[in-house]
Amino acid sequence: MKKHLLAAATLALTTVTAASALAADEPKQGGTLVMAIQTTPRHLNPAVQSGTATGQPGTQLFASLLRYDEGWEPQPYLAESWEISEDELTVTINLVEGATFHDGKPITSEDVAFSIDTVKANHPFKSMFAPVTAVETPDATTAIIKLSEPHPALMLAMSSQLLSIIPKHVYGDGQDPKAHPQNSENVVGSGPFKLTEFKRDQHIILERYDDYFMEGLPYLDKIVMRIVKDGAARTIALESGELMLSGFEQEPRDINRMKKKDTLDVSNAGYAAIGPVNWLAFNTQQGKTADPAVRKAIAYAVDRDFLLKAIMLGATEAALTGIHPGSPFYDGTVEPYDIDLDKANQLLDDAGYAKGDDGMRFPLTVDFGWASAKPVAEYLKPQLKKVGIDITVRSSADFPTWAKRVSNHEFDITFDNVFNWGDPVIGVHRTYSSQNIKKGVIWSNTQQYSNARVDELMAMAGATNDIEKRKKYYAEFQQILADELPLYPLYPSPYHTISNTQVGNPPNSVWGTSHPLDRVYLK
Amino acid sequence: MSLTQTIAKRIGWGLLLLIGVLILNFTLISIAPGDIADSIAGDMGGADATVIEEIRERYGLNEPFYVQLWRYVSGVARLDLGFSYFYNTPVTELILEKLPATLLLVFSSQILAIVLGTLLGVLAAKKPNGIVSLLVTFLSLFGFAAPVFWSGILLIIAFVSIFPLFPVGGMTDVTVEGGFFVQLLDLLHHLFLPMITLASIYLALYSRLARASMLEVLGADYIRTARAKGLPQRMVLYKHALKNALGPLVTVAGLQFSAVMSGAVVVETVFSWPGLGTLALQSILARDTPTIMGILFFSSFVVIVVNILTDITLRMIDPRIKAS
Repeated sequence: MKKHLLAAATLALTTVTAASALAADEPKQGGTLVMAIQTTPRHLNPAVQSGTATGQPGTQLFASLLRYDEGWEPQPYLAESWEISEDELTVTINLVEGATFHDGKPITSEDVAFSIDTVKANHPFKSMFAPVTAVETPDATTAIIKLSEPHPALMLAMSSQLLSIIPKHVYGDGQDPKAHPQNSENVVGSGPFKLTEFKRDQHIILERYDDYFMEGLPYLDKIVMRIVKDGAARTIALESGELMLSGFEQEPRDINRMKKKDTLDVSNAGYAAIGPVNWLAFNTQQGKTADPAVRKAIAYAVDRDFLLKAIMLGATEAALTGIHPGSPFYDGTVEPYDIDLDKANQLLDDAGYAKGDDGMRFPLTVDFGWASAKPVAEYLKPQLKKVGIDITVRSSADFPTWAKRVSNHEFDITFDNVFNWGDPVIGVHRTYSSQNIKKGVIWSNTQQYSNARVDELMAMAGATNDIEKRKKYYAEFQQILADELPLYPLYPSPYHTISNTQVGNPPNSVWGTSHPLDRVYLK
Repeated sequence: MSLTQTIAKRIGWGLLLLIGVLILNFTLISIAPGDIADSIAGDMGGADATVIEEIRERYGLNEPFYVQLWRYVSGVARLDLGFSYFYNTPVTELILEKLPATLLLVFSSQILAIVLGTLLGVLAAKKPNGIVSLLVTFLSLFGFAAPVFWSGILLIIAFVSIFPLFPVGGMTDVTVEGGFFVQLLDLLHHLFLPMITLASIYLALYSRLARASMLEVLGADYIRTARAKGLPQRMVLYKHALKNALGPLVTVAGLQFSAVMSGAVVVETVFSWPGLGTLALQSILARDTPTIMGILFFSSFVVIVVNILTDITLRMIDPRIKAS
């Protein structure tokens, strides 16, 4: 009997402990989250302005049709459910009932059609909705998207900051949506938070939208996004608790320092859809780098592991292709070009570039466009000297100076950082498509690379929803690129989310902090 | 020449100078490689070729240089500083939005530097070879030699990270709730470190200047007379000597105006202080020509006006200038 009693007491105690543990972890309503963003956005309307500066506040102000979890699975958002027809040319979206804009007017299929049209006409990424021929609106909660060909990128393009649902009754007033006054002030959004104040270079204050369509959300009463440009200042403020959350942190030294702090959670979860990959791009049409043997020799001469350890301080991993390692389409089986100086020298000898009396074969320039890339560019000088390439590092005063050089193809090698933006159709194809060799356009195919089979594979992978087929096409695509090497991939940017341990559910989606923070709470 | 004629002449020269500044700056910015389309594309993570072309079209970047220049200068003549390419906002509105923060920083640091610098200078001049004088000399050389971006970060490490007494940056803490005095206190709390940082350079300058000027005055006959009359040291120093020693200090302080503005650019960036400096840096990096031009126009206007006023004032109080 006694035994039973003890067992019962133990059980009761365990239950109580478990219950209180559960209670401690349970999301709580209320509170103000003070977080950092790194630059002042041009404005707050992601429908006509890409980039994470606008995306982070923009995804709080505006809801999209879908949201993506950390496993790349689409989840219902404004779209309660969706259906793709058998011929893959029709996508039917069923909207949640009762959703309203921040001015109280209902969100209808008309607004969805208007938003898609606006994004298609004004957003810088034309490939997102290019095959959309029409959006039909048979009733207020049904939108039918008609496509000219199957378009697998559509799902990701309907998520996060890529498709903000904006009110037709505000932005349909005939003004240019890119310069609309309500992009920065009196924003009428559809998302979990509404705008209270936007002060350039200071802060963006967001307040809970009480009639948000997701039951019981958002948890927070208020989000204060402070604009803090200086990384050291952000680190100190995060350590002191002045800031509770910051996304897109990528300075390895700061990240490692904050990892040692007990009050901070440092996580690299997420960001795979942003997909920022760093690489050395080659000019494949002019100069010595037009010769694939030279490009391969450089790849063999560069010690990627050294860069990961010494410059990135272990804060990121290797990327062997231009597709982000976190993407389902990444193929890690390609030739990694691990360091092999003998092979590099051999390749150059065989290609007929004999060493001169000074031990040099030929000169090349290396460009970089932002300060954090400088160490890598500087590293190349002594390293490539080992294989007889005389490197001159060219620094640019600022981003536009570098962009001008590279987009006009006036370079040999340049360090570059290009985002995948979700589906390869949106952010990967642009780098390799022979149709996209456009002078004066940065992050077009500035390598001027052209291969008919690569074009064909991209066309096929971009026109089917069959994920296995797509994986197969992209695998072949990555194998060819690893062999012809228009660029030598190095590593993804080490994006991290830093949050105070008091912050519950810190964002970890594939879009990082460019994602609705409606489930974030303060413990 | 009468005073009115002089003023008219000065204003005429000032206007010509302003037009010269506008043309020179516009030309310099146009020579720099890259344009706003590159920087907008950079901000957006890339953009389709049609979008880039549309941006260049919209802002007339494909037109010949002289057309763009004429459009800008004639706009300014109509008192229209144009629209910021980057922020899609009238430049005048942007500048007016940022101006109070910069004025607060510049004036508070200048007042601090002048008052404290003068005091230190006087203390040092009391015993030119004493320990206080040496200390002041050392401090001023240190303040003058240390770049503000470095001293600012040192202050942040010391008083935000190690001894968390001050906020890391910004001008206000929006989570602070309370009445006027609470808000004012919060503002001063944020102002302290950037103000000290910007003041540090000028503190050095003014204390050295005050010391030299005081030493010179203290050697004058009338000071000897004052001392011979049996006036106490404090009276001699602060009433008789300082008054005359202040002259050069005030002149230099006026001339330093443009230098303080440029110092503010750096200090504002280090402390995320939302003023004209931050705006200037951001618009230069973004190639936002109308905004850069607006800030340059505004600051040259202020410097020219300050110079004309100094000229006129000097002419009115010093008969020797009139005679020459």
